[in-house]
Amino acid sequence: MEFLSTIGRIFLLFVAAIGRVTLFTWWALISVFVPPWYGKQTVRSMVEIGYNSLPVIGLTAIFTGAVLALQSYSGFSRFSAESSIPIVVVLSITRELGPVLAGLMVAGRIGASYAAEIGTMRVTEQIDALTTLSTDPYKYLVFPRLLAGLLMLPFLVLIADIIGVFGGYLVSIHELGFNPTTYLKNTVQYLERRDVISGLVKASAFGFIVTLMGCYHGFHSRGGAQGVGSATTMAVVSASIMILLANYTLTSLFFAK
Amino acid sequence: MSNSSAPAPSSRAASAGELKIRLRDVHKSFSGKVVLDGIDLDVAEGESLVVIGGSGSGKSVLIKSILGLVVPERGSIKVDGEEITHISRADRREVMKKFGMLFQGGALFDSLNVWENIAFSLIRNHRMPRKQAREVAVEKLHAVGLSADVAALYPAELSGGMQKRVALARAIAHNPAIIFFDEPTTGLDPIMADVINDLIVECTRTLGATAISITHDMASARKIATRVTMLYQGKLIWDGPAADIDHSGNPYMDQFVHGRAEGPITRELQLKAA
Repeated sequence: MEFLSTIGRIFLLFVAAIGRVTLFTWWALISVFVPPWYGKQTVRSMVEIGYNSLPVIGLTAIFTGAVLALQSYSGFSRFSAESSIPIVVVLSITRELGPVLAGLMVAGRIGASYAAEIGTMRVTEQIDALTTLSTDPYKYLVFPRLLAGLLMLPFLVLIADIIGVFGGYLVSIHELGFNPTTYLKNTVQYLERRDVISGLVKASAFGFIVTLMGCYHGFHSRGGAQGVGSATTMAVVSASIMILLANYTLTSLFFAK
Repeated sequence: MSNSSAPAPSSRAASAGELKIRLRDVHKSFSGKVVLDGIDLDVAEGESLVVIGGSGSGKSVLIKSILGLVVPERGSIKVDGEEITHISRADRREVMKKFGMLFQGGALFDSLNVWENIAFSLIRNHRMPRKQAREVAVEKLHAVGLSADVAALYPAELSGGMQKRVALARAIAHNPAIIFFDEPTTGLDPIMADVINDLIVECTRTLGATAISITHDMASARKIATRVTMLYQGKLIWDGPAADIDHSGNPYMDQFVHGRAEGPITRELQLKAA
């Protein structure tokens, strides 16, 4: 009986959390329909997510592409399928690794930063101060960040795709002895538009998830430094789990038979 | 607890002017702990009401309820005769234009410099051009005794006293009709605390604003109040002119005002702890 009541309690907490996140998202999204709008805040968030994340995304992508080429070679050479390496690299990067790794890296960088920033604003009463200055905190703090995440992650993933494929290319040419022309020809020959587009749509969803979790946990942080620390951890963990769940769901939608 | 000596607070509304704020039967609790237990309070235009009470007595919750930052479970709060407890977000923004608030820690936006903090509402809500808003901000800085040199500094570069002054400048930047002060002198040395008290009196008088302050600093209360009320265990147990606080006739009020370790408040705390 005790066991059942524990399960029931956890289930209720889970449902309540979903309800709170849904309401939070709703408040943020409907705030955009009434002026004033904060374009400057949105541009600042876009630069923060897009431009400032480029180094970390670029490094992640180039090493992922390089490792992918090496690992594929060690496996495929056992049954003389080395010529498949370019297409394996490009499909893995554009469909899965580009969006998922970029999403996870941005969750660590931006999700944590948003939770800490907004959480500090919460515990130092800056969010209350916004309200007393007739400014809707959902509109001023949350919506610009959500929009920036939605728009900038696809941009980052597109660049990660290019750099990742380039990483695989470098290793294949200089380490594995591939012919550059043949490698590039094989890379583009089997690549379809939907491979890239599906990755970009995923990226958009992941960008929304990361910024939403960062803002939500920051907005609801309590206490002081410890509360902000917990909010930051929760933002990164919940965003990472949701990215992996969303990735499976979106992959099923795009590529299910 | 004996409240017999305390007249009903609502009946003690100052007759200085028209009724500005009216609270009736306001209740609020957090996780089962009652914080506001049927508060009735009237504040007249031009009055400077100071709410005193111990830490955790619900003073902040009281003003946050009026500001709409906390939603009471039941009861009515009217500002200028308009009910504000359950209004739309758009209406809330309009009501907020009447308010100015000085937060305990200043709550300055650390991503903005001093003049952008002060002019925040003017630029975003009143659509004032940035150049003009900066001029108003510098004017408000002068009003709180700071020079134009600090306008470009960031809050982290200011001392605690300067942050309080900047926060006060921000609270009065849009010439609000009602100003709230949350523990305005907490964390300041006695001289700076007195400077802030003088500024509060001066700014509210210049603006002709109604002021509600919460504090447990009796020196501050004596300086800025025209009327004092005491919140204890979720109820207003005494209410009267600032001049009467030393001979209130209420033992709880007496203990608090004179800062005595012995008295009914301590006895009740000891009983609770036991």
